Amino acid sequence: MATSDLKPRSPEYERWVDPATGEFRVIEQGQTFKSVTDKITRIVLTPHTPLGWFGMFAVFGALATVLLVAVTWLFLVGVGIWAITQPVAWGFAIINFVWWIGIGHAGTLISAILLLFKQGWRNSINRFAEAMTIFAVVCAGMFPLIHVGRPWLGYWLFPYPNTMTVWPQFRSPLLWDVFAVSTYATISVVFWYIGMVPDFGTMRDRAKTRLAQYCYGLIALGWRGSVRHWMRYETASLLLAGLATPLVLSVHTVISFDFAVAVLPGWHTTIFPPYFVAGAIYSGFAMVLTLAIPLRRFYHLEALVTERHIDNMGKVMLATGFIVAYGYGMEAFMAWYSASHWEWFMFWNRVFGPMGWSYWVLITCNLAIPLTTLWSRKLRTNISFMFFISIVVNTGMWFERFVIVVTSLYRDFLPSSWGTYRATKWDYMTYVGTLGLFTTLFLLFVRFLPMIPMSEIRLMLPGAKIKPKAVAGSGD
Amino acid sequence: MPPREGTYGLLAEFETPSDLVRAARQAREDGWRRLDCYSPYPLEEAAEAIGFHRNKVPLITLIGGLMGVAAMFLLETWISTLAYPVNIAGRPLYSWPAFIVPAYEWTILWAGLSAAFGMLALNGLPALYHPLFNAPNFRDGATTDKFFLCLEALDPKFDLIEARKYLEGLDPVSVVEVEY
Repeated sequence: MATSDLKPRSPEYERWVDPATGEFRVIEQGQTFKSVTDKITRIVLTPHTPLGWFGMFAVFGALATVLLVAVTWLFLVGVGIWAITQPVAWGFAIINFVWWIGIGHAGTLISAILLLFKQGWRNSINRFAEAMTIFAVVCAGMFPLIHVGRPWLGYWLFPYPNTMTVWPQFRSPLLWDVFAVSTYATISVVFWYIGMVPDFGTMRDRAKTRLAQYCYGLIALGWRGSVRHWMRYETASLLLAGLATPLVLSVHTVISFDFAVAVLPGWHTTIFPPYFVAGAIYSGFAMVLTLAIPLRRFYHLEALVTERHIDNMGKVMLATGFIVAYGYGMEAFMAWYSASHWEWFMFWNRVFGPMGWSYWVLITCNLAIPLTTLWSRKLRTNISFMFFISIVVNTGMWFERFVIVVTSLYRDFLPSSWGTYRATKWDYMTYVGTLGLFTTLFLLFVRFLPMIPMSEIRLMLPGAKIKPKAVAGSGD
Repeated sequence: MPPREGTYGLLAEFETPSDLVRAARQAREDGWRRLDCYSPYPLEEAAEAIGFHRNKVPLITLIGGLMGVAAMFLLETWISTLAYPVNIAGRPLYSWPAFIVPAYEWTILWAGLSAAFGMLALNGLPALYHPLFNAPNFRDGATTDKFFLCLEALDPKFDLIEARKYLEGLDPVSVVEVEY
C-alpha cells in the first residue's frame, strides 16, 4: 500500500504511519519492550500447551510415521518399490528434492537478502522462515540419500582417503550438489542458531522452572548483552547474511545444473539457473504464508505479523511469479527458435501429449490464478484468500518440477523406448510423509523456541530510538 | 587472571537507551576505561560511547574464506590430476571451470563458520557464569527492557565509595555492587 492511498490523520493513517517520522509502521502501535518480550516468551514458557497443538502434533506425527514405514520398506526391498524405471529413471525423489529445497530458499531470502536491503518488516517473520528453511532442507536432503539405493554408503559422496583409493569425480554436477546442499544446510543452521542466542538469553532470564533455566541457559552460551558483544554479533550477522545471499542463489543454480548440464531436450537450457532460483523463492514465500497465516491466528500474533507482512509477501510472489512466467515463455520460445526437431517435439509433447494435463495444472496454479489476482491490494490483504493462494502456488510449483522431470524423460529420441510414469503408493507415502516430518519439526519449533526474534523486534519499537537531544552536549 | 573474589564492579541501571548513552559518554570522557554497557538489543551508540569502534570479525571471516577456497581447489586439483586421474568424456584432467563450484561453496562454508565461531571466541563465549548474573536487577531486565552501565573494579580510578558517588551523579535508577 502506498502512503498516498491513505488520507492523513484518518484512523487508518494513524494505525499504519508513524506521525513522528512519517514512516510506515511494521509493528502495531502501543507495543513496548516488555509487552513484546512477554508475548513471545509466554508462548514457549507457558506450562499449558494448547490442546490444538496436541491435535496438530498427533495428525502430523502420524504422517511422519508414514514416512518411517515407507523408508523402512525402501531399505528392506530397494528403490524398485518406486515407479522409477526406464525411461523415467528420476521420479518423485528428485521432484520432491527440488521442491523442498526451493521452499527453503525463501527463508534465506527473508533472513539474509532482506536484511542486507534493510527491510525492517522482515524481522517478525525472519526466525520462523529460517526454521522453515532448515526443516525443508532436512526433508530435501533425505531424498537423494534414499535414492542412491544404499544410503548407509552415503559418505562415499565425500572426498576422504579410503582403502579403495577411490575419489569422487569433480566434473559431475551431482557432486557439486553434495557441496552446495551440505554447505547450505550448515550455514542455515549456524545463521539460525546465532540469531537465536540473545533470545535464548531472554528465555533463560524469564524462565520460571529450574529445567527451563538450565536448558535455555546452556544454549544461550552465557549471553549477557554487552554492547561490545552486540557489535561483534552484528558484524557477524551481517557477514553471514552477505555470505548466505550468494549461497542461496548458488544452491538452486547448482541444482538446475543437474538438469541443464545433461543434453536432454527440455533440460538442456541456459534459462534454468535464474528460472529455478525465482521459482524457489516463489514457492518458498507461498510456504511462509501457509505457515504464518495459521500461526498468527493461533497464537494471536496479529500485532507482530501484520497485514502489511502478508501484503509484502504477496508482492514478492507477484514479482517472482512473473520471472517464472518469463521462464516458461522462454522455454517455449527456445524450443521453437532452436529449430531443433527434438526440442520442439519435447515441448509439444509436454503441452499436448498424454501427460499434458500436468502442464496445464502448472499453468493454472502458477500463472493463471496468482498472477491475475495478486495485483489487487484488497485481495493481498485478505488473509483467507492469501492462504488459498499459498496452497495453490505450492501445488503449482510441485507440478513444475514434475513437468520438468517426467515430461522430459518419458518420450525420448527413440519411439521404441517411450514409456510412461505412474507413481506407486510408496512414492506418495514418502512424499506425504515428508510433509508430516516437516510440520512435526515445525510444531516442535514453535513450542520450544522463540519463533519471533525479540531482539530484532525491540530495535523497531519507538522506545529504541536514541533521542539526540538527550545525549548531546557531552559527546566526544 | 583477574582476582576471583571481592568486587567485580558497580552496576548502574537506566530506564532508556538515551540515558545509558549519555551516561556512558560522560564516564568515558571523565577518564573511565574499564567499563561496559549492557542492552537488550544492539545499541551502536553505546558501543561508540565507550570507545569500541572496530572489531576483528571481518578479518577472521576473510581468512576463513580464503582458506576454504584454497583447500577445496587444491583438493580437487590433486584428486583429479594425481590421486585418481580418470578420463571423463575426454575432458582435461585439470578441468578448472568445473572445480569452481565446490570451491565457491567451501569459500562460503569456511567464511561463515569463521564468522560465527570467531565472533563467539572474541566475545569469550560460551561463558555460562559471569559475576553480573549475581545482580538480581541485571538478571531481571538486561535481556528484556533495562539498560546498564558497569564500572569495573579493575579500572585504576576505581574506588568503591568514589565510584558509587560518581555513578549516582549520572542519574541512574539504581546502583548496585556486584561481587565475583
